[in-house]
Amino acid sequence: MTFPLETAAHPENLRRVAIDPVSRVEGHGKVTLLLDADNHIEQVRLHIVEFRGFEKFIEGRPYWEVPVMVQRLCGICPVSHHLAASKAFDRIIGATPVSASANAVRRLMHYGQILQSHALHFFHLSSPDLLFGFDSEVAKRNIVGVAQAHPEIAKKGILLRKFGQEIIRITAGKRIHGTGAVPGGINKLVTLEERNNLQRELPQMLEWAQDAVAIAKQLHAQNPALYNSFGSFRSNLMSLVRPDGAMDLYDGVLRVRDADGRILFDQIDDQRYLELIEEEVRPWSYMKFPYLRSLGAQLGWYRVGPLARVQNCDFIPSERAETERQAFVAWGQGEPVHATLAYHWARMIEMLHAVEVVAELLADPALLSGDLLTSGVRQRHGVGMIEAPRGTLIHDYEVGDDDLVTRCNLIVSTTHNNQAMNEAVRSVARDYLDGQELTEGLLNHIEVAIRAYDPCLSCATHALGQMPLEVTLLAADGAVLDHVQKSTQGGVTRAT
Amino acid sequence: MTPPLLVLAWGNLSRGDDALGPLCLAALREQLPDALQGQVEFLEDYQLQIEHALDLIGRQRVLFIDASLSCAAPFEVTTLQAAQDASFTTHALSPPALLQVFQDLQGEPPPPCTLLAIRGEAFELGEPPGPAALAHLQSALQWARRWLNPDGF
Repeated sequence: MTFPLETAAHPENLRRVAIDPVSRVEGHGKVTLLLDADNHIEQVRLHIVEFRGFEKFIEGRPYWEVPVMVQRLCGICPVSHHLAASKAFDRIIGATPVSASANAVRRLMHYGQILQSHALHFFHLSSPDLLFGFDSEVAKRNIVGVAQAHPEIAKKGILLRKFGQEIIRITAGKRIHGTGAVPGGINKLVTLEERNNLQRELPQMLEWAQDAVAIAKQLHAQNPALYNSFGSFRSNLMSLVRPDGAMDLYDGVLRVRDADGRILFDQIDDQRYLELIEEEVRPWSYMKFPYLRSLGAQLGWYRVGPLARVQNCDFIPSERAETERQAFVAWGQGEPVHATLAYHWARMIEMLHAVEVVAELLADPALLSGDLLTSGVRQRHGVGMIEAPRGTLIHDYEVGDDDLVTRCNLIVSTTHNNQAMNEAVRSVARDYLDGQELTEGLLNHIEVAIRAYDPCLSCATHALGQMPLEVTLLAADGAVLDHVQKSTQGGVTRAT
Repeated sequence: MTPPLLVLAWGNLSRGDDALGPLCLAALREQLPDALQGQVEFLEDYQLQIEHALDLIGRQRVLFIDASLSCAAPFEVTTLQAAQDASFTTHALSPPALLQVFQDLQGEPPPPCTLLAIRGEAFELGEPPGPAALAHLQSALQWARRWLNPDGF
């Protein structure tokens, strides 16, 4: 399989630039650029350290432990893994559907997760680039810079995130290592006091979420040339939708649209995802490349996450977010919006929807009383699928008669977007770097494109002093021509 | 009422030596003397993040605990200062940057904050902490107990 700029014809004659690792994305990412003598781009690849050892970590464990253990796969979206695993084991124990109370509490937990994750990404990880510009002073391009220049925006971001975290604490039982969802349902309801405390904060959260959509929309309106073209490319779009076509981030059927917006597949049962999706291994990356089986790897790759979801659904079932979705769709003037930076706008529409859903759920009496657990006829195999903040998350398990997990397969959101992120990087490299001398600002353009997808790369591995950003220029003979390093404190040093 | 002391540790219990922060916190909490009951809040998380700036409000002293690949063994102690830090550390915020966020949001200096960095070596998923890291943890615990109760633990 070949894609433009994926593999150079004669890499031995080219010099290599490595951006390693990519900053402000979760985990370790590395971009390599092969340039010819005139600095023309010949090859671009985004390499990502795969989620190593997931299967080994899970297989052999009793199934009831898994919804808690999988939270340790990822320090960024543990709730998504918690819920996807719980949904899969609902199938295993025949608890389909779960009780109305379990459904309400889990949904509340999930939309709290969407809210806090989207708030972090927009206000903390992306706003420095969006507010100051991709070429702005590197020391300013972070949340501290935002807090100093726009304290009101930084504070809204923190408090929106805090509100989402509080929803998770209440529904999952703890700030981290939650046990709220279990196979077959939940282990606790929400108390009246907890519900009332959350409800008191809702009007403010709704206002701030609406403001965030306005900021994202305004950024596009102020500079349409940049926002429409930066990292833009055409692709298929995949997500779960409710069977009636509404946006639903917790449960639904799979739908795929092509790059022109036509529905290619619809109403695909999540238990049959392997009939739709296949994964390709390429020798230069640890992370697999999923694609639509019937279209093949060359044509069948797709995007997931906010940009896909907002355009894949027929409508958003909450008033304010639906109004904003219509404005977003109108921006495309009859065509799907494929701009990479439009992820931010779509993400804020989803955040607004999440607050509206939280408001609806808090008014649902099933949160406060009702059955916690259900069960039915035991199965050997179950798939749990959820629209995590970054896109479709798939947990697939088989369990033996001894209750131990015998096989598991996880496809995480970032893996679905692997080809798309590579395409975004190539688009930016072609438009901004080709024939230019490389500068920190230009290299940040590549990071901006990757960050738009909010990739979650290696899940929670971290330690102090572990993650500087390094850029190395190598001649064709392997000699180091240039070496730039950013420390974790933000200092940039160059040694040639 | 907000307890005057905060111990905030982060890390992943299932990623080898990354567990050092949460393990240190758990041991401190388990052996907290009666005289300090109600005086200390213990918070654990996977990563340090912006909302933790709100957890610093109203504290007299704060102790941050994390595993570190770069500190000297067995542990290092640093008095933290707010700093405009680019924090090129993905979704995780550095302690100085967190203090700077606090200062910018609250309009006042943060409470006195100390970082206890415990030397770790390996952070593989599904692996337990290594023997060297656990030895470092024991040394660090002795220091942390004195931080909690300078007048005699």
